[in-house]
Amino acid sequence: MSLPHLADPAGRYRAMRLIRSFEELALQWVRSGLIVGGTHPYIGQEAVAVGVCAALDPADRLTSTHRGHGHVLAKGADPGRLLAELAGRVDGLNAGRGGSMHAADFSLGILGANGIVGAGAPIAVGAAWASQRLGDPRVVASFFGDGALNQGVLLEAFNLASIWRAPVLFVCENNGYATTLPAGAAVGGSACGRAEAFGIPAETVDGMDVEAVRAAADRAVARARAGGGPSFLECLTYRFEAHHTMERRFRLSYRTAEEVASWRARDPLASARAALPEADTIDTEVTQLLAQAATFAQESAVPDPSSAEDFLYASGLKPRSGAAL
Amino acid sequence: MTLLSYAKAMNTALSDALAADPAVCVLGEDVGAGLAGLTLGLQQRFGAQRVVDTPLSEQAFTSAGVGAALAGMRPVIELQIPSLLFLVFEQLANQAHKLSLMTGGQARVPLTVVVPGSGSRSGWAGQHSDHPYSLFAHVGIKTLVPATPTDAYGLLSSAIRDDDPVVLFAPAGALGVREDVTAPLAPVPLGEARIHRRGSDVTVLAVGHLVHQALAVAEELADEVSVEVLDPRTLYPLDRAALAESLSRTGRLVVADDSNRFAGFAAEVLAITAEECRLLAPPRRVTRPDGAVLPFALGLDQALQPGADQLRDAVRAVLK
Ligand SMILES: Cc1ncc(C[n+]2csc(CCOP(=O)(O)OP(=O)(O)O)c2C)c(N)n1
Repeated sequence: MSLPHLADPAGRYRAMRLIRSFEELALQWVRSGLIVGGTHPYIGQEAVAVGVCAALDPADRLTSTHRGHGHVLAKGADPGRLLAELAGRVDGLNAGRGGSMHAADFSLGILGANGIVGAGAPIAVGAAWASQRLGDPRVVASFFGDGALNQGVLLEAFNLASIWRAPVLFVCENNGYATTLPAGAAVGGSACGRAEAFGIPAETVDGMDVEAVRAAADRAVARARAGGGPSFLECLTYRFEAHHTMERRFRLSYRTAEEVASWRARDPLASARAALPEADTIDTEVTQLLAQAATFAQESAVPDPSSAEDFLYASGLKPRSGAAL
Repeated sequence: MTLLSYAKAMNTALSDALAADPAVCVLGEDVGAGLAGLTLGLQQRFGAQRVVDTPLSEQAFTSAGVGAALAGMRPVIELQIPSLLFLVFEQLANQAHKLSLMTGGQARVPLTVVVPGSGSRSGWAGQHSDHPYSLFAHVGIKTLVPATPTDAYGLLSSAIRDDDPVVLFAPAGALGVREDVTAPLAPVPLGEARIHRRGSDVTVLAVGHLVHQALAVAEELADEVSVEVLDPRTLYPLDRAALAESLSRTGRLVVADDSNRFAGFAAEVLAITAEECRLLAPPRRVTRPDGAVLPFALGLDQALQPGADQLRDAVRAVLK
């Protein structure tokens, strides 16, 4: 049973709309100071998270990146709890301990966003290997950017997945840049070539087209479930906004206005919307849902400072405090 | 009488853990052949799916251990060389250790890392002779340094059952220790020190193989001074109560610690003592030098290691 909320084009459009509107709200909250510390907006890349998650079952898992809100929402996390997490509230997914870059919901198989580029991939391989070992049919989708292609541990992870035939779907969101560094200037050879070198079937898809991503992800997930091992998907996409919300302050210029405009003209929401008569109704629903989410997050308490080290050890160990005796 | 070796004790701990719980697995380089002695025969008994020979990809298989732990397993990772811990510091310090807090308590990472032959093995030079336990204790990862075969068995057994990441250092200098064991082997709780020898004048807190050196020195000086030898066994979390209790009787402290002096484990023990205990004389520590890198030539290597002469001098110094 695939994720029910992504089962049809309307559900997939709705999820993309939710991610887009969530991110727009988060940007407002960063500007108004409700979110401290900033975020990495996912706007423009929605088709990737939704297309890939549409191929997953509820029990399947994923690992995510510093730009993780889209993945987390697509897998089904509650937008109110994600927003509360971004605002550092007790009802946040991580009880306000993780924020944007660590958002996780283990009950939904979301093993977490990750602040270290490439770090999620070997964790995904381990989780996939464990389910294989335990005889449960889960697969793991591991998202990362083009920047992660240059992390050695990612290549090690490809190799382990390949020799173990681990049920993993490696999803490279190639948005053309690692912060300001163009992928063309950073990636020797090709993204797919790297995976293929480890014997992993790889394909490049249009990451602005949710149905194209889903079709490719379906093939990869079917292969993984049938014991065929890992696959690699390169999704060509673009982030419409800055690398992170601090970028504005630095007045960086590394992309031309024409380039941004040409990608914006291929907005994944626009094409998904065109085929859907009920799109307006969905938009209204999403607006209402987010209004509720915002109220929920704002009404949630900030954590008590005396609980700052709660959860440090799963075993419950309580370490000494940092203050004088 | 059967003499239990350190390696056999760890081997038995792994074998008992694998037999008791299907979630336990072992990953590492050459573990199938049992190159380091710890895993001898385990792959034959439990299969290559549970005792897994990994390629030379420490970072990926350590993180794969983290992922497997998140998915319900209890992986044990064996690293062949202590310096490889520097390679996987990201995976342990930045991922494994932080996950519980960062996820608001959703994540449990019951991962054990064992490092047989840590510290100098004489003649292995700069990149094979580190003993980086202080770093892990500093980060807050549960850090174990068993000195004897029974403690090696007991601490490794408890580490595997613990719900947090644990790093266990098996010092090269202790691997040759054999013990006459009569009582059945049993788990040793983490965070509990052990008094190897009672004394009333000086507490020598010794780590790992230096426990044996401390016992020898204590014996040698027995006519002169009554030395208590305290082995923390778990460096983090440290059994501060046992330390305080011992010092309340002896009032004098020497720490024997095979790590670098500056910001090392001994420094923390002295700081705790200064904050929490009352001493009759300034404490001393015997360590490697600041920022030490062990040179190759045998005499040079040994010149940097905490030695029995230094320990003897330190004990006499605190008596003054
Ligand atoms: C290993 C590592 N190096 C550097 C950073 C700082 N950093 C955070 S995001 C980022 C760019 C990542 O680019 P990419 O993987 O393409 O993802 P994108 O931001 O484009 O989604 C960098 C350099 C980091 N977090 N981790």
